[in-house]
Amino acid sequence: MENDILIEDDYRLPDPVRLGDEPGSFTRIIQKIVFTVDHKILGLMYIGSALFFFVIAGLLASLMRIQLMYPNNTFLGPNAFNTSFTMHGTTMVFLVGMPMAFGFANYLVPLMIGARDMAFPRLNAFGFWVFFFGGCLLFFSYLGAPGLYAAGSAPDVGWFAYSPLTARAFSRGHSTDYWTLSLLLGGVGSVATALNVLVTVICCRCKGMTLGRLPIFVWSMLVLSFLVILALPCLSACQIMITLDRYLGAKFFDTQAGGSAVLWQHFFWIFGHPEVYILIMPAFAITSEVIPVFSRKPIFGYPIMVAALVSISFISLGVWAHHMFCVGMTSLENAFFVTSTLLVSIPTGIKIFNWIATMYGGRLRFELPLIFAVGFLFQFLIAGLTGVMLAVAPFDWQLSDSYFVVAHFHYVLIGGLLFTIFSGIYYWYPKAFGRMPNFKLGLWHFVFFTIGFHMTFLPQHFLGFLGMPRRIYTYQADRGWDEWNFVSTIGVLFQAVGILFFVYNLIYSYIRGESAGEDPWDAWTLEWATTSPPPDYNFAEMPVVKSRRPLWDAKHPDDPDWKYE
Amino acid sequence: MFPVVFYWLGKISGALNRCIVSAFLAGLGMCSAQAAESGDVHLVADIFRPLSRPAEMLLEPTQLVLLVTLGIFLVVVGVLVFVLIQFRPRGPEDHLTEPPQIYGSNNIEMAWTVIPCLVVFVLVLVSARSIVEIQDAPVPENAIHIRLVGHQWWWEIHYPELGITTANEIHIPVSTRNGVQTPTHIQLESADVIHSFWVPQMAGKTDLVPNRINKTWMEPFQVGTFLGNCAEYCGTQHANMLLRVIVHEPKEFQKWVESQKRPTAEPEGALAIQGKKDFFDLSCINCHTVDGTLAKGVFGPDLTKFATRQTLGAGVAPRTPADIRAWLANPDSLKPGCYMPDMKLTPQQLDGLVAYLETLK
Repeated sequence: MENDILIEDDYRLPDPVRLGDEPGSFTRIIQKIVFTVDHKILGLMYIGSALFFFVIAGLLASLMRIQLMYPNNTFLGPNAFNTSFTMHGTTMVFLVGMPMAFGFANYLVPLMIGARDMAFPRLNAFGFWVFFFGGCLLFFSYLGAPGLYAAGSAPDVGWFAYSPLTARAFSRGHSTDYWTLSLLLGGVGSVATALNVLVTVICCRCKGMTLGRLPIFVWSMLVLSFLVILALPCLSACQIMITLDRYLGAKFFDTQAGGSAVLWQHFFWIFGHPEVYILIMPAFAITSEVIPVFSRKPIFGYPIMVAALVSISFISLGVWAHHMFCVGMTSLENAFFVTSTLLVSIPTGIKIFNWIATMYGGRLRFELPLIFAVGFLFQFLIAGLTGVMLAVAPFDWQLSDSYFVVAHFHYVLIGGLLFTIFSGIYYWYPKAFGRMPNFKLGLWHFVFFTIGFHMTFLPQHFLGFLGMPRRIYTYQADRGWDEWNFVSTIGVLFQAVGILFFVYNLIYSYIRGESAGEDPWDAWTLEWATTSPPPDYNFAEMPVVKSRRPLWDAKHPDDPDWKYE
Repeated sequence: MFPVVFYWLGKISGALNRCIVSAFLAGLGMCSAQAAESGDVHLVADIFRPLSRPAEMLLEPTQLVLLVTLGIFLVVVGVLVFVLIQFRPRGPEDHLTEPPQIYGSNNIEMAWTVIPCLVVFVLVLVSARSIVEIQDAPVPENAIHIRLVGHQWWWEIHYPELGITTANEIHIPVSTRNGVQTPTHIQLESADVIHSFWVPQMAGKTDLVPNRINKTWMEPFQVGTFLGNCAEYCGTQHANMLLRVIVHEPKEFQKWVESQKRPTAEPEGALAIQGKKDFFDLSCINCHTVDGTLAKGVFGPDLTKFATRQTLGAGVAPRTPADIRAWLANPDSLKPGCYMPDMKLTPQQLDGLVAYLETLK
């Protein structure tokens, strides 16, 4: 293995000789990006492309909100609207959420476990490029798949693409094929990267880094990788089955020929629900690192936190049919999935309590990462509680597929996940770029984004109560929906301003930010033991750890952690 | 076996829950027993103002779970805010020392594991009971039966026992709480993709799945018109797949049934007669049925009693002559992407067809 890594090092590439190829030149940067197998550069590329796709999908969402601002609006036609929500959902889940998780895992897992790179650096690069081309293929559908209507030709079947809407009888042209093929590619890339993370955590830990001493971030990524390996192949199988249905006359989901539409839903959600926990895992990961450091205390109840993670992922494999309470299952099946779904709330609740207990008795430092993490706690609590409501099937019969559900999962994915992504980016920005993020700009980012987020998504709960179904491109006046929809659209404006502050902060701090040094937050995990940005090999000397907080031990030799663990 | 045990256990906790909920609602003055406005169109389909079973029965576990989650929310946010204020930074010298390092406490962990378990236990019982009560409700002998078939993007409605076929507007009789109860039981099917039946003030959602038969039911306690939508994305015009339920007094319902079964009178007046001729000469009859005539198409809605309906195009517009004319002239102008073709009708043909359609009652 040691040899392998040596060969992968891009320092060993033949030195450029031609003009314009000197280090720092454009061609050199391109060369570095394309050929690199360094986990840190790949991690940043994952995060960068996720942010890029995030902006595109956000713009699609803004278009939809403009259309829904007024009743009977004609800003977008039905086709444009239907392609927009399909592309928005697909992009956010597969091209933003998962790559973001893999980006953080790639960058941080080797650093945190004291390794020099991922276990399979080439597989790592392969995973990234497969994902990236999958994303490009999805968006190429706008140009390359003229469908029945000359205008919108991107997929318009919704991100969970319920059959038989995807059958050739109902989805003519090639838009659905772009959707299936790009997700198939994405699935391959994700499984490759997950496998890589898994093997890295199991095999590449430094001396003394037992499983019981792994930072919770690494535990989360380990659990995430297990879930990806278990869930994603189901999705890939689904995509292959649709393609067989569409082109080779298979009849899996062809209801006209005796196939089953409900089968697709089972297959899709048995992937789709673990997927939700795959998406939220980075939030657990980042929060569990940020809160202790900025409370100046170790995480409260480490073994319980790990057990909660593992049990969440285990239970999440058995809750998929709570997406299908309206599909006509028997009362026994419905009651079973109510029970399993409510069970998830127990370990999730434990995590929230433990995070608050970590802050209790600490000395809080309200830096940007903690501010966003507190926002996460508050919003994830709301998301969890609306999740409990939706788990109660009788409530779900009213609210399933309504705007309440839209509000619920945006509280999970924006209020929960995205806030911790911001928290994580601000936390590790100094490590990755050697400069501190600007506090004032970050605060403006937080203020605008939080106001905008609640303005957009809180009213959507009420729209659900008032009977507004999701995925409608227009609605009639006087149904009680006008005002809430208007408020919801105005919120987008605030969110957009927040995002502008964020992007500006990233650029501004890269150029003007204060120099960070090795360990600006006075943190305790191994990534802070090396320079910022870390050298190609991460650690000149392989670290040896004796506790969960190796840097605490180093800073407090009189009172080290390993005495208490 | 399993549902029965849950049913009884749930009944006990349900009784408890009713006490708490009614006390809470009375306290807030949120009771939604508004004065009956009969004959109204209930535009706002508020799930907290159900006017029918099973929507009413859904409200009980709904209120319980809302109360429980509200309680949890207040406690956790309270603690969070307390912690943020109590342990805020208190000065520059804060950085010099570290707080006491606490690694955890098994007793505390035990406490906040057991309490959520109890909450979950109660919620499971209450939901299981309500699931069984609603899903497995017995069908009384006097129930009205309806077969509802979803199409892209309209609803086909059959009353098999009454021999009526109509579209997009379900007519049913009202029940009285302590008197005659005539629930309507609906068999849900789909002709193409998945749709979902949702009339919030009547009942929760049930999907219309092709190649599968689902069931739901309604038992309204108030007359009026109730609005619903298709709630499962079903293609281009999902948004305009609207449904209305019109609840009548039992006598009025009988009148409606008779009006639907009465043979349609031949059109009178030159315009309407010309319209009828056009209707049969052009390809309208390929897709539409007018009972008792050669028009037996089944791809579009049955038009036998078209002029007794409130709306056209599955609720996309009111059924006024001007809207019918606009619809016939170019269906895409009202419902872009719908499957009714633009027949390139001349103004004279349009006038005739509008006049003819108005006689279908």
